[in-house]
Parts: sequence; structure tokens; C-alpha cells
Amino acid sequence: MTHVLGIPVAVILGQLVLGLVNGAFYAMLSLGLAVIFGLMGVVNFAHGAFYTLGAFAALLGLQWFGINYWAALVLAPLAVGILGIGCERLFLRHVYKLEPLYGLLLTFGLALVVEGTLREFFGSSGRSYPVPAALQGVMNLGFMILPIYRAWVILASLFICAGTWYLIERTRLGATLRAATENAPLLQAFGVNVPLLVAMTYGGGVALAALAGVLAAPVIVVTPYMGNSLVTVVFAVVVIGGMGSIFGSVVSGLTLGIIEGFTKVIYPEASNIVVFVIMALVLILRPAGLFGKE
Amino acid sequence: MRAARLFYALACLFALCAPLFGIYPMFMMKLLCFAMFACAFNLLLGFSGMLSFGHAAFFGSAAYATAWLATAHGWGTVPAILAGVAVSAALGWVIGVIAIRRRGIYFAMVTLALSQLVYFICLEAPFTGGENGLQDVPRGSLFGALSLKSDVVMYYVVLALFIAVFVLIRRIVHSPFGQVLKAIRENEPRAISLGYDINRYKLLAFVLSSTLSGLAGSLKTLVLGFTTLSDVLQANSGEVILMTLLGGSGTFFGPVIGAALVITLQEYLSDLVGGWVTVIIGAIFVACVLTFRRGVVGELAAAVASMTGRQKEKNRLESPNLP
Repeated sequence: MTHVLGIPVAVILGQLVLGLVNGAFYAMLSLGLAVIFGLMGVVNFAHGAFYTLGAFAALLGLQWFGINYWAALVLAPLAVGILGIGCERLFLRHVYKLEPLYGLLLTFGLALVVEGTLREFFGSSGRSYPVPAALQGVMNLGFMILPIYRAWVILASLFICAGTWYLIERTRLGATLRAATENAPLLQAFGVNVPLLVAMTYGGGVALAALAGVLAAPVIVVTPYMGNSLVTVVFAVVVIGGMGSIFGSVVSGLTLGIIEGFTKVIYPEASNIVVFVIMALVLILRPAGLFGKE
Repeated sequence: MRAARLFYALACLFALCAPLFGIYPMFMMKLLCFAMFACAFNLLLGFSGMLSFGHAAFFGSAAYATAWLATAHGWGTVPAILAGVAVSAALGWVIGVIAIRRRGIYFAMVTLALSQLVYFICLEAPFTGGENGLQDVPRGSLFGALSLKSDVVMYYVVLALFIAVFVLIRRIVHSPFGQVLKAIRENEPRAISLGYDINRYKLLAFVLSSTLSGLAGSLKTLVLGFTTLSDVLQANSGEVILMTLLGGSGTFFGPVIGAALVITLQEYLSDLVGGWVTVIIGAIFVACVLTFRRGVVGELAAAVASMTGRQKEKNRLESPNLP
């Protein structure tokens, strides 16, 4: 049993792990998108830009101030989250009353500004972020070689997704958040500061994207464009899974990552497009998405 | 209305005389191609209320088809353009059938994702030249009689086609079909309850828009003599949205003004500020959404309407034109 369909099992498992790593990023990004959309009715096109900013913040923090990976895991999302709150206060809050499409267009503009600025300052060439010392090396599981950092990314993001789920579904803050999604004016009448809640949620959502960016920095090439290509895939994931449920976005994120990984083994040319093809199929067969309510 | 006629007459006169004023025909042709693209896009966004985030797919696929047939297979100019337009129409039908299953922001995300699919096909297919694209596309001649080598001749051909498309779009919008599209844009459930098969109308609007976008793409290839990945890139879809929004979506002449502004900005600013153009474009997007959602032409029309006190016209312009 070392080969399945003529492909070594170790290769298949290796791609499976890579797929899970990608799927973890899809899950974390679509989670943030879903939370922001649920409360604000805005599809945050700038989500990919904030993911890129997270990775750059970690990279520059290391180069300029010697901030190590573990500190960056906290500081980068914090910085990006504060930036997100600033964006919300300055720009986004003016579009809530308008059609949802204006929010999409506004955040698209923000994404262009971030991407262009990063490119002008740091160039288009890729940079790499070193894997932290504690997570270097590989584990030999007998049937495959597992790089420790990849295992860490998968576990960490699962933990983060579960934590976000707990925060929203099981805490008092989460209950307030869900109430605001349901009926914001009523909640405000009860004395809850809804504008603050909205700003914090946007900050939290983009901080999640930035955290994904820091986690991704050691396994991918850090470029100003890394978020842009990812966000399109995440949109497809969101269309497939529906933006209604946290569970839905996590499951579809991970599943699509795995499918993408398998496609790399079987038919590498199609690995870039498989998510989009699945999206088209889902729309034809089940227009509302797999977990959607629309 | 008399003022509008006078304006169109002046605009036509200006376009006809532009080469005499020493405005580069190449610049004007590029502008007209993108103006045509924006007008075709506006047929969907402004007059049918659907925001497609993937129109570069149609522009680019027609551009690639025309370039490939003209270079690798030696097709004549007219057949190559027609084939390019046919490709974008067929692609418009396929993407349209899938995308109109969702509305609003989901529609935007679906079109974006599907156009990314087209982008990857253009990147990896064996005949598209990968990162280099297709170079040295010959302009050929019209029916073997009129050589298009000269920029001035080509300019008048492009201008004639642009005017034809512009008039066609006006005709479509004012037709009964266009009125149904407007009804769907304003109130979809009501249009359904009136017995209209709205998906058929939406699909036809989508295919018409993608077909005309394809014509713009084919012409652009012949004008510049090359096609690259930037034609199918997401940035191109974003730019056509900006042109339409900036000029005024749902107005006839708005996209032309928007295209003129964006193309001029790119041509002249890129010398001054280099890569910062992307940042400036993004900032214009933000400013446009926050401060003048009706666009240049829409705001002007609203100002004129409020000055002359024509309440009816003002009311019509009061509602921005997104769904």
C-alpha cells in the first residue's frame, strides 16, 4: 500500500497537508468575511489586503525592530485591527445606509490603495519570512514526513476558528453581536453602543485576516499581491458555503483546501481553477450554496 | 432634450476633428475602445442593475480570440473581429447562466470568481502566449479594400463603430425590452408578479453587454497590436467599474466621460508618479463612493435639474442607479 492509483501515498498525504494549510487560511478569511457581512452588510473586498498587511507587519517588525514570530502573532493583528477600526470610522460607516454594492466598491478601492502603497515601498518581488526556531524541522510519522510548521498552522487555525465560534455563540459579547445582526436599532434602544460594536467587529474581522497573514508568512512568498489572489478564491468559498453560518464557512474552507490539494496530485494544471469550477457546479445544482439560506 | 442634441452634435464634431487638433489618434482610439467597454458595462450596471466584477473576461477573451486568429491563422480583420465577438457572446451566455442564479453582492462575487477562471485559462492555455500574451497582431484591411495600417484611417473606423454601439445601446434602453430591464432593476418581485420571465431578460442583458464588451476588446487588440494578460485581469474589471461609476452609471454619456478621465489619468499620470497610479485609482474609487455616487454626468444633470426646478427630472435622478 505505498501507491494509490499509481501515486505514492506519501505524495498524496503531503499534498493533503498542504491543502489543509491552504484550507485553514480560506477558513479563517471566510470566517472574518462572514462575521463582518453578518453585522455590517458589507462584503469586505479589502480582506485580502489586510491579510497581506498582517504578513508585511510581521516581516517588517522582524527586520526593523527584531520582533520575533510569537510577538508578531499578537502585535501584527493588533496593529492591523486598529487600522481597520480607523478605516471603518473614516470611510465604511458612511455606506451602511446605502446599497450593499457600494460597500464592495469602497473596500475594493481601499484594497487598491493598500496594494499599490505596499508595492511602491517594497517592490513586487517576493520576500520570505523565516520559520521560527521552535517550529523548524519535520516529524517522521512512519508513513509520511510532516513539517512541524505546517502541522502548527493547521492546529492553530482550527483553534482560532473554534475560539471565534465560542466567542460568538457562547459568550455575552457574542450574544450582543448576534442581537445587533438581528436588529441593530432595537439593541441601540436598549443602551448598547452599536456603532462601537460595529467598529470593533470590523477591527476583529480584519485582525483575524492579519493573523492568517502572519501564520502564512513562513510558508508562502510574501508579496503585495498575495492577498488579492487569495480573496477571489475566498469569495468563491463564501459563495459555495454561504455567509450565513460560521460552521459553514470553516467546513467549506477546509474542504476546498483539501480538494485543491488533491487536484495538485491528480491534475496539477487544474489546481488553480478547481475551486471556481466547483463554485459553478454548486450554483447550477444548488443556487443558494451548500449551507446558504437565501 | 434640445440641449442634449446640441451636446451630442458638438461631441461628434470634436471626435471627427480630433486628429486635426493634433491629439494622438492612438490615444483617442484607446480611449474610444475603453469608452465602448464602459458603455457596454453600463448597459448591465446602470440600466439593468447588475454589478459584474468580471467583465474583463469578455473584453479579454475576445481580444485573445481575435489576436490568435489574426496571427496564428491569418484570418482577415473582419472575420477575426466577428469571431472574437462570438467568443465573448458565448462566454457571456455561459457565465450569465451561472451568475444570474444569485443577485446583488453574490452576483458580483460569482462573476469575479468566474472571470478569474478565464484568467487562469488565458495564463495556462497553450495558444495564449502565457505571460507574454500575443504580439504583432496585424490590423489588416476592411474587406481587402481599405488598409487599416494608417492610424487616422483606423481611428475613423473605431469612431464609426463606437457611435454605432452607442446608438445601439440607446436604442436597447429605450426599447420595450429596456423598459422591462428597468422594471426588474427597480423592483424585481413586482416584475415577476407582472408575469415577466426575469431570468430570460437578465440573461439577454448580460449577453448583450458581454458581446459589446468583446467588440471593444477585439478593436483594442487591433489598435494596439497586442493582447496581454492585463486585458483579462481583475484590475481591468475594476477599471471599467470605476469608469462607469465616475462618469455616472445609468446615464448614456457618463461612461464615455469616465473612460476619458481614467485613460487620461493613466497616460499622463503614470509618467509623473509611476506606480502610484494604482493608489490614486483606489482613492478615486473611495472618493466616488463616498461623495458623488451619481458620477460626473449624473451630478451635473441633477444640478441642472435642481436649478431649472424640474422636480420630475430631479426625482428621477435622486435615486442612485445600483440595485
